[in-house]
Amino acid sequence: MQVRVGTVLALVLGVLGVTLLTPAAALGAPPQSVPVTSTVLASPEDEGPLIQGRLIDETGGKSEPVEGVEITVLDDSGTEIGTATSDAEGAFAIPVPGSGTYTVRVDEETLPEGTRLRNPDDVENTVTISGFDKTVLFPIGPDNRQVTGLSTEIVELTVGGILFGLILALSALGLSMIYGTTGLTNFAHGELVTFGALVALILNVSVGLPVILAGVFAVIVAALFGWLQDTFLWRRLRHRGTGLVAMMIVAIGMAIFLRALWQYIIGGNREAYTDYVTQQPIIIGPISMPPRDMLLAATAFVVLMVVILALQRTKMGKAMRAVADNPPLAASSGINVDRVISMVWIGGTALAALGGFLYTIKYQMDYNMGLRLLLLIFAAVILGGIGTIWGALIGSLVVALFTELSTLFIPAELKYTGALFVMIVILLFRPQGIMGRAQRVG
Amino acid sequence: MDWGVIFSNAFQAAIGPEAIVYCLAAIGLNIHFGYTGLLNFGQAGFMAVAGYGLAASVVTFGLPFWLGLLVGIGATVVLALLLGVPTLRLRADYLAIVTIAAAEIVRQVLGSQTLRPWFGGKDGRQGFSDPLRAINPLSGRVELGFMSFSPFEFWVMLIGWTLVALCVLVVWLLMRSPWGRVLKAIREDEDAVRSLGKNVYGYKMQALVLGGLIGGVAGFIMSLARSSIVPDNFQADITFFAWTVLLLGGAARVFGPVVGAVLFWLLISVLGNFFSQATAGENPLMPTWLMDQNQASMVRFIVLGLALMLLMIFRPQGIFGDKRELAINAR
Repeated sequence: MQVRVGTVLALVLGVLGVTLLTPAAALGAPPQSVPVTSTVLASPEDEGPLIQGRLIDETGGKSEPVEGVEITVLDDSGTEIGTATSDAEGAFAIPVPGSGTYTVRVDEETLPEGTRLRNPDDVENTVTISGFDKTVLFPIGPDNRQVTGLSTEIVELTVGGILFGLILALSALGLSMIYGTTGLTNFAHGELVTFGALVALILNVSVGLPVILAGVFAVIVAALFGWLQDTFLWRRLRHRGTGLVAMMIVAIGMAIFLRALWQYIIGGNREAYTDYVTQQPIIIGPISMPPRDMLLAATAFVVLMVVILALQRTKMGKAMRAVADNPPLAASSGINVDRVISMVWIGGTALAALGGFLYTIKYQMDYNMGLRLLLLIFAAVILGGIGTIWGALIGSLVVALFTELSTLFIPAELKYTGALFVMIVILLFRPQGIMGRAQRVG
Repeated sequence: MDWGVIFSNAFQAAIGPEAIVYCLAAIGLNIHFGYTGLLNFGQAGFMAVAGYGLAASVVTFGLPFWLGLLVGIGATVVLALLLGVPTLRLRADYLAIVTIAAAEIVRQVLGSQTLRPWFGGKDGRQGFSDPLRAINPLSGRVELGFMSFSPFEFWVMLIGWTLVALCVLVVWLLMRSPWGRVLKAIREDEDAVRSLGKNVYGYKMQALVLGGLIGGVAGFIMSLARSSIVPDNFQADITFFAWTVLLLGGAARVFGPVVGAVLFWLLISVLGNFFSQATAGENPLMPTWLMDQNQASMVRFIVLGLALMLLMIFRPQGIFGDKRELAINAR
C-alpha cells in the first residue's frame, strides 16, 4: 500500500501533529509562541535504530539551533549506551542496540547561558524503541503557556473548542439521527467517522486527488456505504424483529470488524493528507488562527445548518421526525418508513464521514480515531438530548468547550476523562439532556 | 505450514491463563447480562481497578499481598456502587454507554502522568506477583502431552481454573436460589417484579457488585499471569471480547462462559498462528501484496468481529443457550 510508506515527510508531519495537539498550540498559536523546538531529521540508512532529535531555541520568536548540548542514552538497567553533542544544526543522533526501553538524559550544565528546558522534568526522558528510529523532543525556552495571559488563553481555548465542537457535531448529528429513527445505539459509528477519513486519505495520498476533492468523494462513498449497511443488514434485522439489544451487539461486532479492517488497510501509524498541514495563522483581534481552521469551521457550520434546517422544514425531515416519534403511526399515514430510515442511514453515515475528514485535516488520523471519538460523541449526544435535532450541535459545543477550557484546571491528558465524567453526572440529574423533553427513562 | 504447532498452540491457549481471564470476566458479565439483563460494557474497568488495587498496594505502598487482594476487591465494590447509583435507574442502553465511559475514565486516570507516582503511568507496575511465585510448589516445566507450560504459568492456571470452578459453583447455587429467580424475573419484566414489592434497584445493585467482583478476579489473574499491569491491558476491546466469549458459549447458562472462553481462544490462536505462518518466510503462502506479517495479526480480529455479528444475527443464544431463557429480543 502506498499509503503506508512512511516517508520522511510523513514523519515531519507526525511531529507537527504532536505540536498541534499540545494544549498551548491547540489552535495554531502565533509563531512567536510555538513552544516545541525539535524537528525530525532524515533517518540515515544504517543498522540499529537511532534515538534522534534537534534542539532549537525559539525564545522570543527566533529560531536558533542550540549547539554543544550533551545528550546521554542509558538502557533500562542504567548502563550508558552512548553520548552525543548537538552539532551546529542543533541535531543529535545516538544509535542503540535494538528494541527496548531507554532513558534519554540532557546535561543541563551544557545548555547555553540563558536557555533552559521548558519542562524541567524533561531532563530525563524514557523512550520505548520498537525497531525504528525514535525522535525525542526537548522543548527549550520559557513556557509560553505561562507567558500568555489568562484572558488570551481563555480566548484561544474557546476558539479551539468551538472548532472542535463543530467538527464533533457533524458526527454526533449522524449518531443522533440514527438513534432517533431506529432506536439503535450504534457502537460502530466511530468506525464510520474513521471510514470517511480513510477513504479521503487513500484518494488523496495513493490516488493523488486534491484534498478537498478527495473529501467530497469520501462523503459520497460513505453515503453509499450507509445505504448498503441499511439495505443489507439493519433493514433485514428490523424486519425480522431483532431486538434493540441484539442489534446493539451486532453493532459492536461491526465496530470490531471495521476497526480491524481499517488497521489492516492503513497500519498503526498516524497519517495526514498532503495539503493544509501547516499554515501561517491570521490574527484578528485577540484570535489568531490559520485560514484552514476558518474554512473547517465554516464548512462544518454551513453543513450543520443546512441539515438541521432540512430536518425542520423539508417534507423528508418531517417524515424522519414522524418515524422517530412513532413508526407504525408514520407508516399508517402514508410514510414509507423503510425509505425514510434508509435516508437517515445515508445522511448519518455521510455526516460521520465528513466529520472524520474535517477532523483529519486538523488533527490527523489513525485507525483508532473512531473509538476515541465515539465516547465523546456519545457524551455530546447524551448531553444535548439524544434524538433531538439541536441537541447534537449544542451538546458537541458544550463537550468540546468543556474539554478545552478544563485544561485551565486539570492536566491536559485528562481533558477527555473530564468530559466523560460530566456526561455521567448529567445522566444523574437530567438524563434527557439539555434539549430533551423530560420523560421517564427506565 | 506446520499444523502440529498450530494445534498444540491452540490447545495451549484454550486452557492457558488468558482463557481463564476471559472466562472469569464473562462469568461476571453472565450475572449482569445473562441473568439480570444489565448491559455492562465496562468490565475492563472492574478488571483494572482490581488489578491496580493489588499492584499499587504491593509495589507502591509495600502492603502484604493478601491485603493487596482485599484492596483490589474493595476497589471493585466501590466502582460497582459508584456506577450503579446513577445508572441502574436508567434505560438499558444508557447503562451501556455509562459503563463503557467509566471504564475508559478508569483506564485514563490510572495511566495518567499525574498519578505516575502511584500507578506508574503508561509503564504500569511490576513485581507484585513475587509473593505468589514464592509459594509456587512446582519447580520444573509441566508437560501435558503435546503442551508445555512454565512452572509459574501452570501455577497460575491451577489457581485460575480452581477459581473458575468456584465461581461456576457459586453462580449455579445462586441462580437456583430464590434470589436468583428474582434476578431472572427482573430480566424478563422488571415492572412486574416491582409490583410484587421487590426492591428491583437493590437486586440490580447486588448483581452489579457480584458480577463486578468476578470481573475483578479476572483482573487479578490477568495481572498475576503477566506479572505486570499496564493501562493498555484494559482497553474497551477487552470488554467486547468478554462479551463475545459470553455470547459464544451462551448467556444465562452456567457453563456458557467456560465453553465460550475455550472456543474463543482456540479460534483466536488457530487464526493467529495460521496467518502468521502463511505470511512468514522467504516465499510465503499468502502473496505479500495481499497480506504482510503485521496484517496477518489483524485477520483474527476481523474474523472475530464478523463472528460476533453473525452469532448475534443467527444464533443469539450461543452454542448452549436456550432461546426461551434469553429475552434478548424482548427489549
